[in-house]
Amino acid sequence: MLEFKLLAMKKLNNYHPKSKVRVKNKNLIGGFNMEKEILIKIYQNIVLLRKLDEKLIELFTAGKLPGWIHPYVGQEAVVAGISPHVRKEDFFCATHRGRAFHVVKGTPLRSFVAELLGKKTGVNKGRAGEMHITNWEVYSTSSGIVGATFPMAVGFGLACKLEGGDRIVFCTFGDGASNRGTFHESLNMASVWKLPIVFICENNLYAQFTPSRLTTAVSDIAQRASAYNMPSKIVDGMDPIAVYEAVGEAVERARKREGPTLVECKTYRYHGHFYGDKWETYRSPEEVEAWKKRDPTVTFKERLLKEGVLTESLVKEIEGRIDSQIEDALKFAFESPEPSLEDIYEDL
Amino acid sequence: MAKKTIAYIDAIREALREEMARDPKVIIMGEDVGLGQGAFTVTKGLYQEFGKDRVIDTPISEESIIGACVGLAMAGFRPVAEIMFNPFMALVMDPLINHAACYRYVSGGQVKVPMVIRTLVCQGRGAGHDHAPFYASWFMHIPCLRVIVPSTPYDAKGLLKTAIRDDYPCIFYEHIDFYPRKPNLGEIPEEEYLIPFGEADIKREGSDVTVVAILTGVKASLSAAEKLEKEEGISVEVIDPRTLAPLDKQTILNSVKKTGRLVVVETDFKTAGVGAEIAAMVVEEALEYLDAPVKRVATKDIPISFTNEKYILPDEQAIVKAVKELVLK
Repeated sequence: MLEFKLLAMKKLNNYHPKSKVRVKNKNLIGGFNMEKEILIKIYQNIVLLRKLDEKLIELFTAGKLPGWIHPYVGQEAVVAGISPHVRKEDFFCATHRGRAFHVVKGTPLRSFVAELLGKKTGVNKGRAGEMHITNWEVYSTSSGIVGATFPMAVGFGLACKLEGGDRIVFCTFGDGASNRGTFHESLNMASVWKLPIVFICENNLYAQFTPSRLTTAVSDIAQRASAYNMPSKIVDGMDPIAVYEAVGEAVERARKREGPTLVECKTYRYHGHFYGDKWETYRSPEEVEAWKKRDPTVTFKERLLKEGVLTESLVKEIEGRIDSQIEDALKFAFESPEPSLEDIYEDL
Repeated sequence: MAKKTIAYIDAIREALREEMARDPKVIIMGEDVGLGQGAFTVTKGLYQEFGKDRVIDTPISEESIIGACVGLAMAGFRPVAEIMFNPFMALVMDPLINHAACYRYVSGGQVKVPMVIRTLVCQGRGAGHDHAPFYASWFMHIPCLRVIVPSTPYDAKGLLKTAIRDDYPCIFYEHIDFYPRKPNLGEIPEEEYLIPFGEADIKREGSDVTVVAILTGVKASLSAAEKLEKEEGISVEVIDPRTLAPLDKQTILNSVKKTGRLVVVETDFKTAGVGAEIAAMVVEEALEYLDAPVKRVATKDIPISFTNEKYILPDEQAIVKAVKELVLK
């Protein structure tokens, strides 16, 4: 199995050779064909998502977080790479591993953490928990049913098309979801109707506890796009810049009303499907360690430091700011009341 | 108030057309609904009148049709989907039950999911186990769904307009027996009208027994009532709830308190069916008024086959028999 995974990583290096030529000009920074602001935004999001999940795991382990937790740790480069492209009015479909998306989309940390703790002040009044958050102020939603958001994305895409303008839909999903019938039905519809949807697959190689190679006829989910006459791209999901660039092209197509695109990001979760599962039974510690060597919180930071986008003091400042934001949100959440008996009759 | 005569099928189309003209957010989608005019011509002419963006021909992808309706509804539209035959609803359970029904509540009121699913009960035509059955209790069971069962042109038009304007997901049942024009003419007002949900209609007043009936059961019950009156001198009250969720419990209870006897007539399967719920409700809330056990006239608990409908679907005789057993025992 380890051999298989290492092969997958080797293949990735061919998709994105490091020798890529990058243009430098006065508006752009270092070896990146990107603005400094965007690079820092991506880095901040990576740090925020990592620190937030680590804190939540700490609370869960201490028995202070109700329900379950599906950690995003390891996959941060994907959402962080998407984040600069997302506008407030765009629709966003997240997954059960979805906490990260809602925060990046603009859900305030306070009401977000309060929701995870089941508090009345939560973004959904404590009714949704980590898997089911919907924040319609920023048009982000999610589902605990794997593959259920494909058709919802089609509905959002139809709405964008009927409304006119350049509003679009981001639909994230895992490799396992691509085996659902809704994937086939909805990608076909999206393509036939030229809907402005960016489908982003976070291929972390496992559907819950089962390796994709045991359940999935293709090793690249992107290959499936050809069945819907839909363009696709495979990128290294541990490299936020690769994600940013590929998703950027897809976003441009969608905003110009040229149709949907599928971007597959090869990524990895360090923890189990949910925190506390016995992942040693279905994957090796060596495999996990091999992926951790490519950790975006380390590799991307080093790249930015080397290129002069970040300085050690800026890193410290960003980390400190995020730490205090999380602390503030936790304090707010813990001090918030739980829903009362009367509250259960609201919104019916 | 000026009245006009209209067929059931035309009353439904008139409701769709009026609501589409009134509100640009109303969208029709489904298999064959546009160019094909609908499998039974219910949506005839709407594609030409409102265009392909508002009357959307879909692939054969039921789950994604209803999932897309959930998305459209959350985005502020009011989709009206057609699911060609009632048993095909089995294909749409995830978007309908896990999403459409729950999202308003679990989002803390952040979103609304206003959508209508029109679906057809095709009993009595040899359509088989996967086209013929009537499944209504599935949806009565789910909180926050509306279940609508109109039996006349008047009810069909008024309730469909209400459904399209309602902020909850609505399942709207049509019956194949109601589609032929001649036997299904009825009077409706010339001007616009709506019928609120949860208001039963007393189709015939009586004093000896209450018959609660829906869809084709209403006509059969009225005809049975006439026969019973003439031949046995039994006075039957026939109540059509018109919406099963919300259910007008009060009208049913008031009637049972008057007659002391209850028969429920419906063509869902008997076990855990519509009749079971109505019977349980009456027993729970008005047991002391009942002079006899409650009777359920429903489809026998056997899969519907190509040829067995004449043996398992309830008919007028079954209603007559049930009433006689209650009143003349």
